[in-house]
Amino acid sequence: MYKHIVTLLKKDLLLELRQQYTFYGVLLYVASTIFVLYLSLEQPETNVWNGLFWMIQLFICVNAVAKSFLQETKGRMLYFYSIAGPVQFIIAKLVYNIIIMLLMSSISLLLFQLLLGNPLIHFWQFAGIVCLGSISLSLVFTMLAAIAAKAQQQASLMAIMGFPVIIPQLLLLMRISKAGLGEIFKESALSDMVWLLTGLNGLVMIMAVILFPFLWKD
Amino acid sequence: MRLSWWKLLCIVLLSYVLFAGFLMAVPRKAILNETIRNIYFHVPMWQTMMVLCGCSVYHSIRFLRKPDLLSDIKATSYATAGMVFGILGIVTGAIWANYTWGKPWSNDIKQIGSAIALLIYAAYFVLRNSITDIDKRARVGAVYNIFAFVMLLPALWIIPRMMESLHPGGQGNPGADPRDMDTRMRIIFYPAAIPGFILLGLWISSLVIRVRKIEDKNLLHA
Repeated sequence: MYKHIVTLLKKDLLLELRQQYTFYGVLLYVASTIFVLYLSLEQPETNVWNGLFWMIQLFICVNAVAKSFLQETKGRMLYFYSIAGPVQFIIAKLVYNIIIMLLMSSISLLLFQLLLGNPLIHFWQFAGIVCLGSISLSLVFTMLAAIAAKAQQQASLMAIMGFPVIIPQLLLLMRISKAGLGEIFKESALSDMVWLLTGLNGLVMIMAVILFPFLWKD
Repeated sequence: MRLSWWKLLCIVLLSYVLFAGFLMAVPRKAILNETIRNIYFHVPMWQTMMVLCGCSVYHSIRFLRKPDLLSDIKATSYATAGMVFGILGIVTGAIWANYTWGKPWSNDIKQIGSAIALLIYAAYFVLRNSITDIDKRARVGAVYNIFAFVMLLPALWIIPRMMESLHPGGQGNPGADPRDMDTRMRIIFYPAAIPGFILLGLWISSLVIRVRKIEDKNLLHA
């Protein structure tokens, strides 16, 4: 079980290193979006900065995750079907997408600071919340990409299905990330919300492991 | 025409809610005044929607355990009826908010939650329509239905308790605030309004299911 996951993960990472298609594609997407933001806003005020940052994370995630899932052709899926189980496959995909998304989030955080000004007061606190947020986003959208891969017009469907599902988590993230921007929270409020987000991540993982086998058989 | 007992009960309860709700005395509260009567109509919409969506998810789970198109028809029919009640809940809430909060929509966390719920079910129907194969549509739809419902629960039950809200009860106790109601209102709200509207929702869904069964007769007996 464990070995299969590592092998599948290695295959995805190796493909990435060889083709360098998703990585540079998404990287270009990140860079050009933030550059356009810079051209239109230059140095936005703190709340706008925060809101824009999370919206950009959302769109990056939709693009990055969609690419990683939809690149699998029918024939290849059949091959995976014969060598691995659905649970191993989905866990490998979840881990791979978390890695990609963590990378993209940190790059966009740096670019945001570089181009749009630096309103951060507690950098490491904000960076920690960004890590948590990118894990949340990538988990939810991996599951949705698996669902969308079964339908037509996959990219637009992912947005339609994903945005309502992710809104609560995104609201929570925007709320707690204000801690990094200098807002003072009540004693336990911040840790409560962090635990809630962590719990939601666990929930999404469990749902993915339970539900993916039903999408798998075709 | 013979109606089963629960349909008769539904008619009796809702007639009682209509007459008693509009005619019986209510406590005089500042700002709320007579609009407090809306509690008999606005709040049960959400309870009914949750019950119907719960039924929809139950049938989706049954479909995944044992693929049977009848379960799929039931899951979508309950979701349709649930969406109708959700829209009614938003509309009744917006009318009420217009008189008490000054504007129909104020980005309150619970308003956002209800909008999310409607968007999720709209996406569920879009997803289903984008798949042509009937079995695949039912299976993928069931997976999304279960996933989205589980993700929706924290948005409706946990997060409103953590954020500030205009709704009464606010932090710690969202939903109907029992402190605003007195005994005269409670004997209408709990025993009649909530079960009455839930029964109405189940009744509407059963009609939708029957229509769908006739429409898809060929598929079900193939």
